Amino acid sequence: MGLYDFLAQYWPRLLTGAGITVAQFLLAAALGVAISLCMGLMKLSQNALLRGAAVTYIEIFRGTSLVVQLYWIFFVLPLFGLTIEKFTAGYLAVGMNIGAYGAELVRGGILSVPKGQWEAALAINMSPAQRMRRIILPQALVNMLPPWGNLMIELLKGTALVSLISVADLMFEARQINSSTFLSAQVFGAALLIYYVLARFLVTPFMRWLERHMARKLGRT
Amino acid sequence: MFDWKWDFTWEILPRLVYATGNTLIAAGAGYVIAVVLGLMLALAQRTPSRGLTFTVREFVEFIRSTPLILQIFFVFYVGPQFGVRLSPWMSGMIAIGLHYACYLSEVYRGGIESVPKGQWEAAIALNMTTAQKYRRVIIPQAIPPALAGMGNYLVGIFKDTPMLSVIGVAELIHTANAIGSENYRFLEPYTMVGIIFLAISLPAAGLIRLFEGYVRRKLGL
Repeated sequence: MGLYDFLAQYWPRLLTGAGITVAQFLLAAALGVAISLCMGLMKLSQNALLRGAAVTYIEIFRGTSLVVQLYWIFFVLPLFGLTIEKFTAGYLAVGMNIGAYGAELVRGGILSVPKGQWEAALAINMSPAQRMRRIILPQALVNMLPPWGNLMIELLKGTALVSLISVADLMFEARQINSSTFLSAQVFGAALLIYYVLARFLVTPFMRWLERHMARKLGRT
Repeated sequence: MFDWKWDFTWEILPRLVYATGNTLIAAGAGYVIAVVLGLMLALAQRTPSRGLTFTVREFVEFIRSTPLILQIFFVFYVGPQFGVRLSPWMSGMIAIGLHYACYLSEVYRGGIESVPKGQWEAAIALNMTTAQKYRRVIIPQAIPPALAGMGNYLVGIFKDTPMLSVIGVAELIHTANAIGSENYRFLEPYTMVGIIFLAISLPAAGLIRLFEGYVRRKLGL
């Protein structure tokens, strides 16, 4: 069966799967960004306890594999009375994993803001929270956006792992179709192409647009 | 922890240690393939042929923006469709080696591009052949800036080996799955796998940093 005939027959299932993949991606991205910001700021805190908590979080999630984290959240947490539905467990694991990598980017971005900006904010009598929100973070964001583009691609690829706990994403649908038809080249080839299109023509252009947009907002064009 | 059973933990530990060996072998073999193949991909992008450069570039982009787990399935299942039967180990090593070769080719590219232009000209002035130029002038200088990236991907490949469990390579997660379903206990195997990953990847990251510093000092940088 050629790729065209194959797609004509199976496109609804691949499309449904791609929809779930996109949903997982968006939810995990939102969670990942929130965690990155939180952990990145905590790692720069004066308080040793907050700093220690952030370092522990980052090292645990960067030091173990996403598959291990996913299985732990899905199979082990219920033993502690915390049962999480598989769809939720999926984006939770992926988002928490990406959050640990993102935290380092946030930290680097904040440290890259010149010292004069901190002093200027202090000089005009801003509170630390105001200074962070209105002076430091916007500039840090522009500096760290390029590596975030790569991280978002890693996040998209990471969502393929949620198929291991049977979330019916694109990867899962591809495996199902493969095991009932054995048209491996067609189904896996089509799935690879869909992931490529999502990464190259949606995620990357959006991140590029965001970079330009933020730079313009700060008057750096 | 209320339900943790130490006797069960000790009972499964030998199997997990054995699987750790397999994980390390898989990561090591995959990395060797990636290091060699990555260099070829990087050098192929420096030939005068525009067509070759373009093709290799697009190929690298494609592999880097699609999920490794899908590539593993692709290599494992597509072969038999055309009469080529690959063992799980074989297809796993091909997929993971190729995936990381693409990442490493970018690291090499960055390293090669960081060698000052004067070095290229000096090599030409000394009447070196292309092979001599790369082997004796460019590559030795391109390695130190590439070391950090190479080290990160060594740890990265180690953390991605659990994906090989899906095609039946008996590494850590595969063994933990087996232990879990034989005994209906998932707490200890998955937690132990997480701890083993941490216990290897954290010191490995530290050692790589030390090695990097050593090479830099050796080369007088």
